[in-house]
Amino acid sequence: MSISRIEPMHLVFAALGGVLLLFIVAPLAGMFLSVGKAELSEAVTDREVTSSIWLTLGASMAATLIASFGAVPFAWILARKEFPFKKLVNGIVDLPIVIPHSAVGIALLGVLAPGTPVGSLGEKLGVTFIGGVAGIMAAMAFVSVPFLVNAARDGFAAVPVRLEQAALNLGASPLRVFLTVSMPMAWRSIISGLVLMWARGMSEFGAVLIIAYHPMITPVLIYERFGAFGLKYARPVTVLFVAVCLVFFIALRMIAGRRSHAEV
Amino acid sequence: MPKYEKITSAAMLEVDGLAKRLGAFSISGVSFTVDEGEYFVLLGASGTGKTVLLETLTGVIRSDSGRVILAGRDITRERMQRRRLGMVFQDQALFPHMSVRRNIAYGPASSGMKHSDIEKLVELLASETGIGHLLDRSPATLSGGEAQRAALARALAAGPECLLLDEPLSSLDSGARVEIRTLLKKLNRGGMTMLHITHDYEEAAALATKIGIMENGTVVQVDTPQRILTHPGSEFIARFVGIRNVYRGWLRRESDGTTVFESDAEAPFRLEALCEAGEGEATAVVRSEAVTLSAYRPDTSARNLFEGTVSEIVPARRGVEVTVDAGAAIVAIVTERSVESLGLERGSRVFASIKASAVKIIEG
Repeated sequence: MSISRIEPMHLVFAALGGVLLLFIVAPLAGMFLSVGKAELSEAVTDREVTSSIWLTLGASMAATLIASFGAVPFAWILARKEFPFKKLVNGIVDLPIVIPHSAVGIALLGVLAPGTPVGSLGEKLGVTFIGGVAGIMAAMAFVSVPFLVNAARDGFAAVPVRLEQAALNLGASPLRVFLTVSMPMAWRSIISGLVLMWARGMSEFGAVLIIAYHPMITPVLIYERFGAFGLKYARPVTVLFVAVCLVFFIALRMIAGRRSHAEV
Repeated sequence: MPKYEKITSAAMLEVDGLAKRLGAFSISGVSFTVDEGEYFVLLGASGTGKTVLLETLTGVIRSDSGRVILAGRDITRERMQRRRLGMVFQDQALFPHMSVRRNIAYGPASSGMKHSDIEKLVELLASETGIGHLLDRSPATLSGGEAQRAALARALAAGPECLLLDEPLSSLDSGARVEIRTLLKKLNRGGMTMLHITHDYEEAAALATKIGIMENGTVVQVDTPQRILTHPGSEFIARFVGIRNVYRGWLRRESDGTTVFESDAEAPFRLEALCEAGEGEATAVVRSEAVTLSAYRPDTSARNLFEGTVSEIVPARRGVEVTVDAGAAIVAIVTERSVESLGLERGSRVFASIKASAVKIIEG
């Protein structure tokens, strides 16, 4: 085949893509460049900033791990079993993605507030949802769990069902088959789902703002500094937090990139 | 704990009136018995319900009716993991994330066997199946034959009452087929009961002590290979099986380089063959179209000439099937005119000739 002429349409598409990339990169790059070393090091040593970053990382990680105990087995069921209203169930799983996050906060408030059954149970167990870490985790988990369920479901679906049958045939219990065959074979998808859920949880703002303004996660802190002191004071925190988020995003891409098939 | 009636017979696996409707595929009234130590081959064209039967036996799907009895135990409704019917898959289905060693150890580890006992068992089975040097390899690096050996070792390690083989040779190249056929025979002679499911009559001819023919979702004929092949129960079976002349025996290479097949039939029976196969156990197959009959000793280049007596003359779909008893039974298909011109009838003396190149050898 001879080298074909450059197709004008391809050039137009590439140019449009370039604009889009610039749209993503320019604001971030501009923000990073606008923050001086001194301001950044001030932010790094600011206890309010660092403790909020730790809180954000920790709460989203805990939310992810706790949710995974339900999400991963559930994803296996969704990948393997046919049942009535399965499409509806799949739709419900995706629901948190389409609901405005402030609405999520309002909805959660209705279930977790003191006086509600869950809220009262929490109080008895010494867990405070409203204005507490448990509430932050609930809000983070609510908005981010679809990413884990969907990734794990795709991972399980890619495991040949025949391997699970072979394991059962060899006398293994269904739980053993799940732990020794299904999980290890789907682990890349599960890991990338966990990282994605974690990253999404970290970046949550709207739902957490309503459930728990304090203790302050970083997105709320950024909002508060911007509101109270203006752009200049909000920027260093933002840069630091985005840098932390980027580290995890890159880690995610590396894991996902090593996967031979399926997407994130 | 349910009490089962211990069935006192040599039957290892009894399938009785098994039926399942599953979309476009269905099986019904499937009944057959595999005796202990038997090599039972279930032969059927694709689409005859072999897969449905297999999945019903292993418990992937539930039968609508009928019973499956394994070693006196009713396993019709038993959970998959408690059936003890060791499955060997066509594509091996080895666990790709485990070494060969861990694959073989999977079954015994699931039943809670002691670690040291598992290691001994794995070593034993690996040497029996000839993969002792491959234990620490990943399944992805194995050849087809090696993977099938590993799959056999893994199935045996779980301590099954009977091995269930799903087209175990069809994904292999011809060299590996010979090896695996030989291994399957060896395992069977070691006492393992085998139920082998295939569409390939050569596998059936070479391995079976009993053949069941599956057609339209049911088992239509069960008999010894000799009888199935020489006396097919229906036109369908005759056409499906395609061959009449099947002989089990040994392959030997003469000093002059010719390959000679000797049958272990009662009377000495010897066929010269044109093939590269090595010495050893083998099955010889001759299509009935390739047998020429003559009333007098012919002057022919055919290397195999037998004098015998016509024992049967049966009209076939095309031509006439003439069975000649010449130590072993030789079936020839000839035209009606040939029958007339040779004056063939039961008891006639005839000569049957077979070219060495028409003798097909299945090694192993």
